This record gives sequence, structure tokens and C-alpha cells, in this order.
Amino acid sequence: MASDDKLIEVKNLKTHFFLDQGVVKAVDGVDFEIRRGETLCIVGESGCGKSITARSIMQIVDPPGRIVSGEILLHRRIAGDSGGQVEDVIDLAKLGPNSREIRSIRGKEVAMIFQEPMTSLSPVHTIGHQISQAITLHNKVTKAEARQQTIETLRLVGLPKPELRVDSYPFQLSGGMRQRAMIAMALSCHPNLLIADEPTTALDVTTQAQILDLMLGLQEKLGMAIMFITHDLGVVAEIADRVAVMYLGLVVESGDVYTIFSEPKHPYTRALLRSIPQVGGKVRQRLDSIRGMVPDPYNRPQGCPFHTRCTEKIAGLCNRVLPERVTIGEGHEVRCLLYSDRGDIA
Amino acid sequence: MLQYIARRVLMMIPTLFAISVVTFIIIQLPPGDFFTTYISNLAAMGESVDQTVVEAIKKEYGFGEPIYVQYGKWIWKIITQGDFGRSFQRGRPVTELIGDRLALTVVLSLFALIITWVIAFPIGIYSAVRQYSIGDYIFTFLGFIGLAVPSFLIALVLMYIAFKYFNQSVGGLFSPEFVDAPWNLAKLRDLLNHLWIPTIIIALEGTAGLIRVMRANLLDELHKPYYTTAKAKGLSEFQALIQYPVRVALNPWISSVGWVLPGLVSGATIISVVLSLPTTGPMQLQALLNQDMYLAGSFVLLLSALTVIGTLISDILLAWIDPRIRYQ
Amino acid sequence: MSQPTDPAAMPGQTPDITASEEAPQEVEAKIMVASQWKLIWWKFRRHKLAMISGIIVIAIYFVAAFAEFFEVFPPDQYAARYTYAPPQTIHLIDMSDGTPRLAPYVNGYKVTIDSFSLRRTFVVDPEQKIPFRFFAKGFEYKLLGIIPWDRHLIGPVNPEDPFYLLGADALGRDLLSRMIAGGRISMSIGLLGVAISLILGILLGGLSGYYGGAVDNIIQRIIEFLRSLPTIPLWMSLAAALPITWPPLYVYFGITIILSFIGWTGLARVVRGRFLALREEDFVLAARLDGAPQIYLIMRHMVPSFLSHIIASITLAIPGMILSETALSFLGLGLRPPVVSWGVLLQDAQNIRAVSTAPWLLIPGLAVVIAVLSLNFLGDGLRDAADPYGR
Ligand SMILES: Nc1ncnc2c1ncn2[C@@H]1O[C@H](COP(=O)(O)OP(=O)(O)OP(=O)(O)O)[C@@H](O)[C@H]1O
Ligand SMILES: [Mg+2]
Repeated sequence: MASDDKLIEVKNLKTHFFLDQGVVKAVDGVDFEIRRGETLCIVGESGCGKSITARSIMQIVDPPGRIVSGEILLHRRIAGDSGGQVEDVIDLAKLGPNSREIRSIRGKEVAMIFQEPMTSLSPVHTIGHQISQAITLHNKVTKAEARQQTIETLRLVGLPKPELRVDSYPFQLSGGMRQRAMIAMALSCHPNLLIADEPTTALDVTTQAQILDLMLGLQEKLGMAIMFITHDLGVVAEIADRVAVMYLGLVVESGDVYTIFSEPKHPYTRALLRSIPQVGGKVRQRLDSIRGMVPDPYNRPQGCPFHTRCTEKIAGLCNRVLPERVTIGEGHEVRCLLYSDRGDIA
Repeated sequence: MLQYIARRVLMMIPTLFAISVVTFIIIQLPPGDFFTTYISNLAAMGESVDQTVVEAIKKEYGFGEPIYVQYGKWIWKIITQGDFGRSFQRGRPVTELIGDRLALTVVLSLFALIITWVIAFPIGIYSAVRQYSIGDYIFTFLGFIGLAVPSFLIALVLMYIAFKYFNQSVGGLFSPEFVDAPWNLAKLRDLLNHLWIPTIIIALEGTAGLIRVMRANLLDELHKPYYTTAKAKGLSEFQALIQYPVRVALNPWISSVGWVLPGLVSGATIISVVLSLPTTGPMQLQALLNQDMYLAGSFVLLLSALTVIGTLISDILLAWIDPRIRYQ
Repeated sequence: MSQPTDPAAMPGQTPDITASEEAPQEVEAKIMVASQWKLIWWKFRRHKLAMISGIIVIAIYFVAAFAEFFEVFPPDQYAARYTYAPPQTIHLIDMSDGTPRLAPYVNGYKVTIDSFSLRRTFVVDPEQKIPFRFFAKGFEYKLLGIIPWDRHLIGPVNPEDPFYLLGADALGRDLLSRMIAGGRISMSIGLLGVAISLILGILLGGLSGYYGGAVDNIIQRIIEFLRSLPTIPLWMSLAAALPITWPPLYVYFGITIILSFIGWTGLARVVRGRFLALREEDFVLAARLDGAPQIYLIMRHMVPSFLSHIIASITLAIPGMILSETALSFLGLGLRPPVVSWGVLLQDAQNIRAVSTAPWLLIPGLAVVIAVLSLNFLGDGLRDAADPYGR
């Protein structure tokens, strides 16, 4: 893989929440990268830090949350002096959350679709107003042109009668239509990276399928990369090029989708996969679930965060040592002491 | 929208009717009335009372007849002629008496209101956005004190300080030499000199409350995802804040903004009494204390009607700026 | 915002919920209530200002309950000789013989008569010492209306001596004693008024929220109507309508009822809102499915879970009542002498003449501010504590 293929690299990202009661380490050393045009799916249990990772990239973590360390390298192609394109790398983690640079990237190069389609749009503005605002903000266009582009984008995302819908308020639309409007807003400035934070969780199954098809279609058409956050391994199998599995603020395993599904290495990934119902499995077979609970975010376990629930833990080691990333196949990395060269550690 | 307004206006009619009945009952509640007392006082002082005049007045207002007849005569005159009856104590028609003081009251209250808004909104927004900052704590604490100190006490203390240390009397709106003078530039200047202290005291009365309301409303909105969406679009924090959460947080305030209407007319009664301002408030108090029933009743009716109209205005404004209500 | 909660009160997120018939609902509800109270207490305790305010509020009500014991003189005992006598300072140690001696005293007054205005002015006379003591014998009274006693927290050794720690009013009555007596009236009007509002509010708001539909509609219309009336003129005219001839006790109850008549709508809204929200809650539904009778349902499940909110709302409603009573009495529309309340006392300070000769007449205002401030802080702390997920 050529390095100029990379769109974004997240390195050892840590985002912590500083509360009176203590520090919540929501994201605590996340690493992954996304290449141009590919789809990375991020999976993991509720509360493992998926949304906060996404928000950190956009620099929209709510206080008292703050990026404490790490890098978020965005590779941009800008027109060079000699006419060709030059690559320029910018570290988003270093930018202030309200700085001019990050604002010019937000919504323009990196756009985001949120978890709650019902409340992510302002209830008192028309969707047309909300979308065209993004267009006028990042492009030199008149109001009328922005409105025209808005209608086009709404048509693109398959909203019926976009000329009329552009003037409707969110509460006049169904959940599916709102989510389409959200997607339209995100796509309105043709981003290179679209972050979709569980965009379909709140929708019914049919609408969910339509939205997924739409996103894949648009990705092909516009050539953008997608970072797709979900709980649903079925969706992952359908859309992902690569997968990152998160647990307690860490990526514990990442690799291409085929490898992850066929040769999962991390005990947590394996447990996750065992919890999907199998078609043609034994009748009345009980689904496997992962034993125990996600630990209290204030008291993260020492060593490997998963050792409290792991069936394969090595006593006296896993509760002491935080495993390093180990590459065990092409593009396949895992954080587990089972695969480390233990001689290094002991 | 028009249909909505029409419906609301229609709904106002029974409310206004009920209010007029309640008002009338309230002013009839005390045993005896000013008129009878007035006549007997005159008689006691040995002044001759022209029986024909007494009879004419009795007939005009329906004294001695059943209460619903009295009510009928009273409300009929108000509706058809805008005649609110007369003040027996002051011997003049109510409309004249109130009219005299109304303009000054409205000017005073309007200034006070604007000051309240100018102070309260920025502070409320600041306190919400910087929740738990030093500034927020200070404003919250000041707000608590503002809510706990009765406004007349502030007026009294200020008056004492002005009297004791600046040897200046704060009461009234005019210096003695201007009270009965015709309007001219000097009188206007004199008015403005006197106006600012009462204005500030009246303004302070509502400020603490409005800060708290604004802060609470905005805090409710600040954690809504649409604010994050706005920021994710690339809007600066300030633009996003003003255009989205603040805009929505204003709705509850707008839904009660119409209630300033009666306030404009009654003009902080208690403060006016303390500072002896020539506004409508002290006159209303006098009327109530002396059971000058038509004058008192007119105030209650006027203020209630203004409250209802204010509510209507609020509702229309709210429907206008909040599509969720408009399209219901 | 998600706040961490007592882990015991939060169900674990274990995905393997297999056992379906757990403990009966009632037991579960009981556990929830218990841990909720505990949660509230923990949260409240962290709120220092609210804690201190709570102590002050308790102290004020304590003084109000045992008012006679804290009074120095009967509040209506006048002494024309001491018109507008200024406050005295307490000295605990007597240094006059060169050696310090524990003998509390205050200084007496020297009267000078201004020959020009013929007004009497008092100056504190350091020569004159008026000894006083704690638990002094004074006028006789019945503690709490039952126990006859004649001791007072503080009092001059010779009951005939002038002893005005906070000064005297125009009739030479002791402001301190009057303020304590006024506190009883003002504070109890707040309590009683809120109690009446609460009964109305819970009854009507509860009916409204529980039954919904037509009942809700009618009650909501009534509330809307009452709220569409302007508060202050309505109070004033209702208060003015109380007959002059009524005995003080009647006027007291009359004013209280007028105040609560207007105040109940707010509480009714709170109650209704809570009921509407609770009606949807699972444990109520579960109990209803069990076939529990409705009144039992309301008492057992719905009332406890919003009691905490109600308590907070009450605490926040009392100061409003106190302020309203003060304002009404100040205007001469509320309580009337010989009844003493803080508002009645402040009436003496209405004109600038009185205030400039005797600024201490404003001290009852301070009492109002302290009482209202502590009730507000207390109520705020309670409300925050009652809502562990809230701000
Ligand atoms: N504003 C906040 N204050 C304190 N802690 C927070 C805040 N927001 C998130 N967290 C903590 O950060 C952690 C990760 O949250 P995040 O929203 O990223 O989870 P998630 O993986 O997206 O879960 P879900 O699948 O439910 O969306 C959680 O433990 C949460 O408690
Ligand atoms: Mg999430």
C-alpha cells in the first residue's frame, strides 16, 4: 500500500473527560488509519469510546472532555506550484477546537452524520436553511445558488420532491427522511471523509437497508472514504473494507473484513462474533454472550482492559501488562498478549 | 396561521367575560361602598347634599338594584362608550384620571424593561455557556440576592443613602418647581434627571429572574445534538451558539413576553409607592384602600385584559417563530 | 449529561438477561425508593451552601416556634420615653474597676432635647451601665402555648431599664422582640400558604395528570384562567376586600388563603408533569398489570418517587409567599397592627423621615432577605439533589 493512499492516520489518540468525580478515559490510545475511498467500520460495545473517537477527529468533544495526546494526521491534496497535486499533512489534534483551520476542514473535508437523526437537526429551522448554510460557509456562492445545490443534494440522497422538502422543518419528516437530510448536509461540500456514527440505529430495518445502499452508492459516485460506527456485525459484513474492534478506549484488533470474520485473533473479537445468531444453527441454541460487564470507566483495569472478562487470560500477566500492537498478517494487527513475544515482557 | 389567530381571539372572549365578572365581584366584596360613605360623610359635615344629584347617580350606576343589574350597567358603558365610571373620591371620570398618569408609567416601564433585557440576556447566556465558572458563580449568587431582596427594600435603602450622604431626595419624578409647570426642555431634563434611579430600581426587579430563566433554558439546549451538528458544519462556536441553541432557548421567554404588557401599565406598583412616583400604581393602591370601587375595578379590569391580550401576543409570536406550533 | 450514579441503583448492562420472573415488582420499587433517598442525601450533602442554608432555616423556624422565649419584652409593650432609641452594643466584660470582670451590660441613654426642633435625640451614655443576664426573668408567657414560664434568653436585670439591642420604634417598642414575633407570623404564613397550595395543587394536579382526558382538560382550563389573571392587582384587590372589622386572626388566614389561591397553579403544574411522566414508567405499569387498586397505586408507587421533587418545589415556593406577604403588609393591604409581621414592621420605615431618624427600622428587611435567601439556596440544593441525572 502506497503511503500517499492514506487519508487519515490516528496515532495513540487519548481523549479524557475531567469530571469532579475523576477522569474518564473515554479514548485511551486509539490507532487506526483510513485510506482514500475505503470504508472502515468501527465496532465495539456501548460506551467503548467510538463516538468520542469520531468527535475527536472533528474536534467537537464537549467539555470537560479534551484531547490529551496523540495525533490525527489528515493528508490533503492541494494544487502544487508545478500544476500537479502535492500532499500536505496536517495534525488535527494540534488545532484549537474553535480555530479557523479546523472550522475550514469541518463540514468541508471531514463531515459527520450523527447517532440521533431525530434531534441532530434544529427543530426551528428548515432543512434547506440548515444545509445551505454549510454550502455558503465553505463555498463562494450566492444564497440562490446554495439553495439550488441544496435541492440537488437532497435529490442525490433520494429525498422525494426535494423542491418542496427543502422548505420543510425536521418534525415534518419521517426518521428516514431526516437521516437523508443529515446525509445531504454532510455531503453538501463533497468531503473526503464521511464519519457516520451509527446512522441507522434509530431506523427500522427497511429504511436502514435503504440508507446503507444509499451511502455505498454515494461513496462509489463521490469517491469518499467512510468511517462507519456500528454495533451491527451484519452491517459490517455488508459494507466494510476493513474493521477496527474497540474495547474500553482501545482498538484491540484491526484488519480487513475478511480476515476479521474468518480468523479473529483477539478473544474479545471472537466473543463478539460468537454472539451473532447463525442461520442454520441448532434450533433453540443459546446465543453466546460475553460474560460480565464493561468495567466502570473511572476504574479501568490494570494491564489488558479485557482481562476481567477474558476466558483465555494468562494469570499474573494480563492483569499487569498492557499489550502492544502486534502485526500478525498483512494489515492485521492485534493487541493481545497471546500473540506477543512474551520473552520481551517477562 | 390566520386560522390559529382567529381561534385564539375567539377564545379570548369568554376569558375576558369571566374576568370582568370576577373583577366586579371582587370590587363589590367589601361591605359598604365609597359612595354611601361619601354621602354620609358629607351629611355628617353638615354640607347640604342635593338629593336629586344623589338619585341621579344612584340611577346611573344602579345602586340599590340587584348586583347583576349593576354589573350590566357597568360593563355596558365600558363596551359601548369606553366609560369606566367615575372616581367618587376624586370626583373625576376614571378615564381622565388614568390617562393622566399612563404616558409617564409606560415610558418608565419601557425604559426599565429594555435595561432588564440588555443586562439579563448576555449574562444569562454567559452563565450557561460558562457553567460553573467563577463568573457563573458570581452572577448566580448575585441573582439569588436579587431574588431575595424585595425591590421596595432596595428603593428604601437607596433613598436613605441618597438622603443621608448626598442630601438629595429621590422620590418623585420632578423637582418641586416643575411639578405643575408646562412641558419644556428644562422640565424634560429635570424628568430625565429624576427618572434614572427609579428606572434602574425597577429594572433590577426583573433582571435576576430573567437571568435565571435564560440560563436554565439555554442549559437545556446546549446539550442537544443539533448544536453539535451546527459546529460540525464549520460554524464558529459563537455563530453556532447564537443561531441555534440561543434561538431555541428564547422560545419559552417569548411565550411569556406578552405579560410585560400589564406590567407596562401598572409600572412596578410597590416601588412607585415608595418613591412616590406619579404613576398609575400608587393611584390604584389609593383606590383600593379607599374602596373607590370604579377606579379600583377599572385598574383590575384593564390589567387583566392586558394580561390576556399579552398572552395572545405571546402565543402569536411563538407560533410565528416556532414552526412546531405553527404547523400543529 | 450522564453523571455517574450509585452502581447499586443502576441495573447492570449484562447482555444475558435470561431469568425473566425475578423478584416481585413491589420489592423492587421499595429498593428503588430507598436507594433514591440515600442518593439524594449524598448529593445534597456535597452542596455546602444548601447545607448551611438548611441549618439557618431550621434555626429561624426554631426561634419562630419558641418566639416568646427569645423576646425580651412583650412585642407590644411601649415606652413613650424611648421613642426611636438607637441600638445598644453588648459589652460582656466590665473593665471599670481595672480588673476585667464577667458582667454583661449595655450602656444607657442620655437624652438631649433639640431646642430648635423640639425633637428628642438619644446618645449612648458610657457612664450609665445597664446590666443584663441570660435566662433572665421577664414577662410571663406559655411556651408553645402550653407550658407557663417567665424566663427569656436575654433580658435586663431590672426589667424597668431600657434595653434595646436593635433599637426602638416610634412608640418605644423593642424592635428585636417585635422582629422575633414578626418572624413567627411571616414564616408561618409561608408554611401555611404553601401547605394550602400544595393540597390544592396535588389534588387537582394529581387528578389532572393521573386521569388525563376530560378531567385534565377542565382542570387545565381553570389553571389557565387563573394564570391569565394579573397576580399583583388581584392580590391587592382581594386583600383590600378583607373587611376592616375582621379580627387579626381572620385577616391572617384570609391573607394566607389569598396568597395560596394564586400560588397553587404552579405546584399543580409540577405535580401534573410528574404524574404524566410517571404514568409511563415501567414499574407503575407493572403494578397496574398486577391489578393493584388505583389509590393504592398512587400512594405506593407514584407519590414516593416524586416526593423529593415536591419537597424541593415547596421549599422554593415558601420564599415567594414570604415576599408577597411582606409586600402586601408593607403597602397596608395585608396584615394590620396589632399583628406583627416583617412586612408590618417595614411599614414603619415607609417614609424617608422615619428611615433617616431611625435607620434600624430597616433591619426587619434584613431578616426577610436572610430567610428568603436561605430558603432559596436550600430549595435549589434539594432540587439538584432530587434529580441525580439533572444538572
Ligand atoms: N460528556 C461526557 N462526560 C463524561 N463522560 C463522557 C461524556 N461523553 C462520553 N463519556 C464517556 O465516554 C465513554 C465513551 O463514550 P462514547 O459515546 O464514545 O461511547 P460509544 O462507544 O459511542 O457508545 P454507544 O455505542 O452507546 O454510542 C463512555 O464511558 C462515557 O461514559
Ligand atoms: Mg456512540
